Amino acid sequence: MAEATLEVSELTKRFGDFLAVDGLSFGIRKGEILGLLGVNGAGKTTAINMVLGLVEPTSGSVKVFGEDLARHRIKILKRANFSSSYTSLPGNLRVWQNMLVFGKLYGVRNIKEKMDELLELFEVGHLKKRVTGQLSAGESTRVNLCKSLLNEPELLMLDEPTASLDPDIADKVRKILRKVQRDRQMSVLYTSHNMRDVEEVCDRVIFMHKGKVLCEGTPEEIVKSFQEESLEHVFIRVARSGDFVEELGSGDGGRTTPGDS
Amino acid sequence: MNLEVVQALVLRHVFLYTRNAVRFVELIFWPTVQLLVWGFLTMYLQENTSGDFPGLVTFLIGALILWDALFRSQQGVAISFLEDVWARNLLNVFVAPVRPMEYLAAACAVGFLRILMTGALLAVLASFFYAFNIFSLGFSLVPFYANLMAFGWCLGMISTACILRWGQAAESLAWAVPFLVQPFAAVFYPVSVLPEWLQPLALALPCSHIFEGMRQVMSDGVFPVRSLVWATVLNLIFLVLAALVYLRVLRIARRKGLLTRFASQ
Ligand SMILES: Nc1ncnc2c1ncn2[C@@H]1O[C@H](COP(=O)(O)OP(=O)(O)OP(=O)(O)O)[C@@H](O)[C@H]1O
Ligand SMILES: [Mg+2]
Repeated sequence: MAEATLEVSELTKRFGDFLAVDGLSFGIRKGEILGLLGVNGAGKTTAINMVLGLVEPTSGSVKVFGEDLARHRIKILKRANFSSSYTSLPGNLRVWQNMLVFGKLYGVRNIKEKMDELLELFEVGHLKKRVTGQLSAGESTRVNLCKSLLNEPELLMLDEPTASLDPDIADKVRKILRKVQRDRQMSVLYTSHNMRDVEEVCDRVIFMHKGKVLCEGTPEEIVKSFQEESLEHVFIRVARSGDFVEELGSGDGGRTTPGDS
Repeated sequence: MNLEVVQALVLRHVFLYTRNAVRFVELIFWPTVQLLVWGFLTMYLQENTSGDFPGLVTFLIGALILWDALFRSQQGVAISFLEDVWARNLLNVFVAPVRPMEYLAAACAVGFLRILMTGALLAVLASFFYAFNIFSLGFSLVPFYANLMAFGWCLGMISTACILRWGQAAESLAWAVPFLVQPFAAVFYPVSVLPEWLQPLALALPCSHIFEGMRQVMSDGVFPVRSLVWATVLNLIFLVLAALVYLRVLRIARRKGLLTRFASQ
C-alpha cells in the first residue's frame, strides 16, 4: 500500500446529543482524490472540518502525513489547504493583495510568480487588480482555488468547490485540478453534489449516510455493485432508502478497502 | 510565534484601510466629533464657573484623549476579528498555519496602529482648538499610552471571546464592552467620587490608576510612579487572564463547532 496522506479512524462527532459523524474511518493515499458523498446533513462538512482542526472530534483520531493532527496542527496545516464555496477572501481587498497575504501566511517563497502562475492557470489573471468582492461567484470561486494551491499543498480539502461554476468553467476547473493534482501527486478530499463532477474527478468515493460509511470503492465499482446505471442513480437510491442500504451494506461486496483497489 | 504570520495578518488590515476611504474616515470621525463636543462644553463650563475649577479643560481633554487610546486599542482587537467574520474569511485564516497567539498578536498590533493614528490626530486638534498640549504630560505620556493600550487589548480579547462564544448576535459587545468599564475607570473624575463600596472595583482596573496619574501630573507635575506601578502590575495580570479566556473560548468553539457558523451566516 502506498504511503497514506490521511488516516481517519473511528472518528466521531457529537453535537449535544446529535451524532453528526459516527465512527468514520477512511484513508487517502498519496496522489489520490477521494470523494465524500452523501445527502445534505450526512456529515461530510463536519468530517472535513475535523480533518482541518476546525472542529474537535468527540473521539477517534486524525493522522495527516503520519502525524497526529491534535498534536501537530500547525505543522500539518502548512502542508495542507482548503477551499469551499461558503468561504470567501476579504472582499474589500484586491485579488493580488489577498494572494500576497495568504502567501505570507503559508510562508510561500516567490509569492509573486506563484500567484501569477496560478491566476493564469485558472484563467483569472486579468482579475488580479480587481476588488475581490466585486468578482462574480464563478470568478471568486476560481480565485479561492488559487489561494488553496498557493502553498503547493500535499493534502487539499475541497468542500463543494464547483458549486457556483457554469458548466463550461466547471469542466475547465475539473481538468485543471486533475492536472495539478497529477503533476504534484497531491492528495485531495473532495465533496460535491454533482455526480458528473465526482465521476470525472475522483479515484475513489465514500458514500456517507448519517455520519457513517455506507459503501466505498471506485465510482465504477459502486455503480456496478448497486446494479445501477450511474453514480447519480446510486445517490438517489441511497438518499431515499439509506437505512435499508445500510443494513444491506454490512454484507455487501460493494465495500472495498483503501489498500486493494 | 512566527513573525511573518503576524506581519501578514497586519498587512491585511493595512490594505483594508489604505484601500477604503470610508474605513479611514470611520477611524477619525468619532474621536474628532467627541473632542470637539467635549472640548467646547468644558470651555463653556469653565467660563461660567469663573475659575472654580482650575485646569478643568486640561483634565477633561486629557482624559478624553487618553480614553480614546484605550478605546481604539480595544476596537483594533475586536474589529480585526469582526472584519474576518464579516468577510466570511474566518475559516480561511483558521485553516491556515496561524497559532491563536499569532492571531491575537496581530490584532493587538492593529490596535497599536489605530492608537498611533488617532492619538496623533487628537493631539493636533486639541492643541489647535484648546491650546491643549498633550506633551505637557511629559515623559509619563509613554507609559500612560502603553498601559491604556494594554488594557484595551485585554478588553478587545474579552469582546472577541464573547463574539466567538455567542455568535454575531453578540457583535455589539465590540462597542459596548469599553463603556461597561468606563463608569468605574475614573476617566473624567477621581476614584474618590465613587461610592466607597465601588472604589475597590475601580482600583482593580489598571486604567483607573492611569487616569489618577494623569490628574496628578497635571496638577502637581509629579511623575506618578505609584500609579504606574499599580497599572502595570494589574495590566500584566489582566493580559494573562484575557488571553486565557480567549484560548479557553477557542477550545469551546472547536468543540461545539462554533467557528464554522461564522462561515455560512
Ligand atoms: N456546530 C454544529 N452544531 C450542531 N449541529 C451541527 C453543527 N455542525 C453540523 N451540525 C449538524 O450535523 C449534521 C451534519 O452536518 P454537515 O454540515 O456535516 O453535513 P453535510 O454532509 O456537509 O451536508 P451538506 O451536503 O448539506 O453540506 C447536520 O445535521 C448539521 O445540522
Ligand atoms: Mg456540507
